[in-house]
Amino acid sequence: MNNDNAQLSPEALRRIDREVAKYPAEQKQSAVMAALVIAQDEKGWLPKETIAAVAEYLGMAPMAAYEVASFYNMYDLQPVGKYKITVCTNLPCALSGGVHAAEYVKTKLGIDFNETTADGKFTLKEGECMGACGDAPVMLVNNKRMCSFMLPEQIDKLLAECK
Amino acid sequence: MALIDTINPLLTTGWAKGDAGWGIKEYEARGGYRQLRRVLESKMTQDDLIAEVKKSVLRGRGGAGFPTGLKWSFMPKAAPVKYVVCNTDEGEPGTFKDRDLMRFDPHAVIEGMIIAGYAVGAKAGYNYIHGEIFETYQRFEEALDQARAAGYLGNNVLGSEFSFDLFAHHGWGAYICGEETGLLESIEGKKGQPRYKPPFPANFGLYGKPTTINNTETFAAIPFILGMGGEAYLNLGKPNNGGTKLFSVSGHVNRPGNFEVPMGTPFSKLLEMAGGMRGGRKLKAVIPGGSSAPVLPAEIMMECTMDYDSIAKAGSMLGSGAVIVMDETVCMVKALERLSYFYYEESCGQCTPCREGSGWLYRVVHRIEHGEGRPEDLDLLNRVTDNMMGKTICALADAAAFPVRSFIKHFKSEFEYHIENKKCLVDPETQRMGSGFFKAGAV
Ligand SMILES: Cc1cc2nc3c(=O)[nH]c(=O)nc-3n(C[C@H](O)[C@H](O)[C@H](O)COP(=O)(O)O)c2cc1C
Ligand code: SF4
Ligand code: FES
Repeated sequence: MNNDNAQLSPEALRRIDREVAKYPAEQKQSAVMAALVIAQDEKGWLPKETIAAVAEYLGMAPMAAYEVASFYNMYDLQPVGKYKITVCTNLPCALSGGVHAAEYVKTKLGIDFNETTADGKFTLKEGECMGACGDAPVMLVNNKRMCSFMLPEQIDKLLAECK
Repeated sequence: MALIDTINPLLTTGWAKGDAGWGIKEYEARGGYRQLRRVLESKMTQDDLIAEVKKSVLRGRGGAGFPTGLKWSFMPKAAPVKYVVCNTDEGEPGTFKDRDLMRFDPHAVIEGMIIAGYAVGAKAGYNYIHGEIFETYQRFEEALDQARAAGYLGNNVLGSEFSFDLFAHHGWGAYICGEETGLLESIEGKKGQPRYKPPFPANFGLYGKPTTINNTETFAAIPFILGMGGEAYLNLGKPNNGGTKLFSVSGHVNRPGNFEVPMGTPFSKLLEMAGGMRGGRKLKAVIPGGSSAPVLPAEIMMECTMDYDSIAKAGSMLGSGAVIVMDETVCMVKALERLSYFYYEESCGQCTPCREGSGWLYRVVHRIEHGEGRPEDLDLLNRVTDNMMGKTICALADAAAFPVRSFIKHFKSEFEYHIENKKCLVDPETQRMGSGFFKAGAV
């Protein structure tokens, strides 16, 4: 990949600046988590070069940014499908169908966890507790949209909506 | 939307309108920010304020139940820079109360944090919000803008000498950041690996400065405590267990959701509020305080009241107030396998007993569940937990050990059956129907 592709758009940099402003002036590194999210939103995932570009912008070592990117589960260090669906299968959800919902999605899409459909549309992930166990089964679409009470009909509807 | 039902509503008074009641106008209309104004206008002293919180016997709602007033009093008076941090990382399986507090009453959290900032002499605060709840994070950012515009945040709050600003920090998927020092590392832009203690955050916290860190529900209770007075708040609950508490009830009940009840309410009453057992089936076991708390069998649980002391006496913990209800369709080996996987997956890896021990626990429970268990495995599991508990930097290792020990202690015959017969005691079709995902006869 050439380095120009790793660079972030002016809009992304503006959003990162807003995050930097939340912290004391000498603590720019505090914004790295948010900056990596902004970069991931823009690029679809986080190639090493993009992580390095974020690190450079915040004045930190590329390795320090890479450590963060690899520690937190929701950063994608590999390309993912257009829709990344994360299903919570932890026990409280499983009691109300979390595991069964994941099985249902697997069958419908013909993929297992950590796989992407051949058309590049869907990636399926197994998630941990999302703090929404009362709404089980729950799923997260592209890290940001929480879907509640996902019984078969609701799953069918969600998958059909994802164009 | 979450179902709610309350006795003596306090924290949940603002929830009645659901998504329409969270804004600053609505909050002010129900008495919001009045306590902050009173504290500032009366120039209440920090000592008096902390004394009032001590009187309420409010105990931290994040899991450990540490007295909040006492924690605040540990902050060094003279330090020039101090912080207040709110823990909304809510990732303890079964817990979903802080998300609803933040969705339906974010200004109560903000007011509580500003008052805490005044009490401990901090000029800035951060609220660390769980990665998976982006919409809630966005709403909180909006609420902060509203509070800033109204003069509750920023320089000279409401024209007083006191200045305080507050920011939201969004997590991105790591249970360990719920541990308070892992959380501070994370705000500093690092891996969320917990720190050795001591020093405690009150002396060496965010950016090395004295820091008070509390759970979301703890902060949200503060305006109500000041409103009614510490003593009246204490009297809502029972001695040593002040006030009301949110319980997140999940699993095999008819109406999962958050319920606010006075401390000391019988578990049977809480179960009734949650609509009773799904399909009228029989209660088998309850994890009363989030997945890290020891499981209790039905007969013991039905005798408990919902407060720190009663649940501790029964051999478990009130923890975060997450009540995970399991009926007779549950295979306890499979349930434990999933929890053990969680701790193995979420261990941050810096302590050998936790990193290796959590892997051992998961692999051994996994092999029992999959018909490859050995007669000596139950002893092995207990031995591994002996080598984890109390031997690590943070309590995640203990949190991984408690479920294993308690599941084996109370449901030993089910584990033995699994090892001997290489299958579940509860037949697979019964287990499958228990979740309610599949309609009878369909799919
Ligand atoms: C592994 C682990 C996870 C934790 N997760 C949370 C959490 O999600 N939310 C929380 O408030 N406290 C959590 N805690 C407890 C915090 O470390 C801390 O005790 C708490 O935030 C203090 O606030 P409180 O005194 O108001 O309860 C966790 C502790 C451990 C060891
Ligand atoms: S006990 Fe586990 S999670 Fe806690 S610091 Fe040690 S390795 Fe990390
Ligand atoms: S266990 Fe799935 S959201 Fe909590």
